[in-house]
Amino acid sequence: MRRTGRVLRAAALALALPCLLVAVWWLASDSSTSFYAPPLRTILGRFDDTWTPDRLRDDVLPSVLRLLAGYAVAGVAGVGLGIVIGASRRTRAVCEPALEFLRAVPPPVLVPVIMLFAGIGDTMKITVIASGCVWPVLLNTAAGVRAVDEVAADTARSYGVTGPARLRHLVLPAASPQIFAGLRQALSIGVILMVISEMYASSSGLGFAVVEFQRSFAVPEMWTGILVLGLLGVALSVLFRIVERRALGWYHGSRGARRKAGGGGA
Amino acid sequence: MLEVKGLRKVYEGSGRRVEALRDLTFRLDAGELVCVVGPSGCGKTTLLKCVAGLLAPTEGSVTLDGVPVTGPRPGLAVVFQEYGRSLFPWMRVTENVELPLRQRKMPRDARRARVSEALDAVGLGDVGRAYPWELSGGMQQRVAIARALAYEPDVLLMDEPFAAVDAQTRADLEDLVRGLWRRRGMTVLFVTHDIDEAVYLGERVLVLSPSPTVVREEVVVELPAERDQLTTRADVRFTGLRSRVLGLIRDGGGAADQVSKAGRSGSGSDS
Repeated sequence: MRRTGRVLRAAALALALPCLLVAVWWLASDSSTSFYAPPLRTILGRFDDTWTPDRLRDDVLPSVLRLLAGYAVAGVAGVGLGIVIGASRRTRAVCEPALEFLRAVPPPVLVPVIMLFAGIGDTMKITVIASGCVWPVLLNTAAGVRAVDEVAADTARSYGVTGPARLRHLVLPAASPQIFAGLRQALSIGVILMVISEMYASSSGLGFAVVEFQRSFAVPEMWTGILVLGLLGVALSVLFRIVERRALGWYHGSRGARRKAGGGGA
Repeated sequence: MLEVKGLRKVYEGSGRRVEALRDLTFRLDAGELVCVVGPSGCGKTTLLKCVAGLLAPTEGSVTLDGVPVTGPRPGLAVVFQEYGRSLFPWMRVTENVELPLRQRKMPRDARRARVSEALDAVGLGDVGRAYPWELSGGMQQRVAIARALAYEPDVLLMDEPFAAVDAQTRADLEDLVRGLWRRRGMTVLFVTHDIDEAVYLGERVLVLSPSPTVVREEVVVELPAERDQLTTRADVRFTGLRSRVLGLIRDGGGAADQVSKAGRSGSGSDS
């Protein structure tokens, strides 16, 4: 019973500010006569008609699939390269300056370049998403791999845990808190790049839909598109947190145990 | 058996040379329990890592059954002081104990049996499902000992294993180690900075000098095999031995000189 109460209170706390913001928007815009900023009432009134099942299938689904594909590519490549780079001091020294440069290039400027090579189809969009998402994953993985505990590494070595087993049982789990931090950053970058890649030469997707509404002066519909994007972001973030809680249960548990012990001990 | 000859270790880095070990020579017979005791900072951990094959010596050699130790090898298990870092927090207790056996490609059923037997031996038969960080410090070190036992080593190396647990737990763990040693008959090299612990546990105590480190003296512990926290520690032979070891460590060369004058064989008096 107490647990349910706590969950309810947490939910109430989390929802309080969004509700307030919606209320403020609603009241402030209610008497708006501006063509570009219609009342929230009007925007929500158009929501159902705009985001029909057909449109969800034709615009939202392709967007999400491209995002997931690009994100997956970035995840695999970022973790893989991060392990290679983090494992040896020499590769790190060689790669670091180049990595800093590549990371500093804002991913959206790559869209025109990638279009030249990959055309304007799904490949281009997935490449854009992957090329932006890969950096936080890579850099965080490399940092996590570098920080593998010395005693843990000695233990693995003295018990003959080497090669692929070492990677699986020591390096990846030890780096996983950092890997997840990178994946979290990558997710928000991915959503941004998903929209941007669809604003260039495209015929479907959420970004395309928003631009299309704007160009045809369907202003309330454009606003609904932005709301859909926001909701998609929230849904992905909640999903991510659920996965992270499961994968890093040991990490949060051990940190909690250490805090309870007063920061001392092991 | 385990033979250390002329072991020297110099750390070199950023223009600084630190001679951690100067010249260590000693041997352990099969089935012996020998404690190494020395002042803090005398390179005890370095010695243990060289014996474990985790560090390459600068000079000298470590041989196990006549075979030079050039890297970690089966038949040799290590229990580290920092149990919280040596046990993997992402694995449950059984998985931690089981990991080295999985690496040996031992069949699953045999593995499970070995793991539960090892956990029973350290008195932790019922916590296999827990994560290490859910246990107390003493229990975590028991898990680390169980992991070493399940590995069935010929030689067990222990690096100040009880330095981070409270006194009562420490006494229990000392008795546990001695009991396991007597039952299993493996060779144990036990490194500690605690003189009482060294005398209580060991058949022999190797006393190290401050850095640069040599073996100052080998003290044979003439105490009955059956030891007990109350009676053994009150035994005059025990108190005599601990005073002697304490003297060797505290007064350094002076005491050692006196001892050699008294006709005892003191090794490594080149300082």
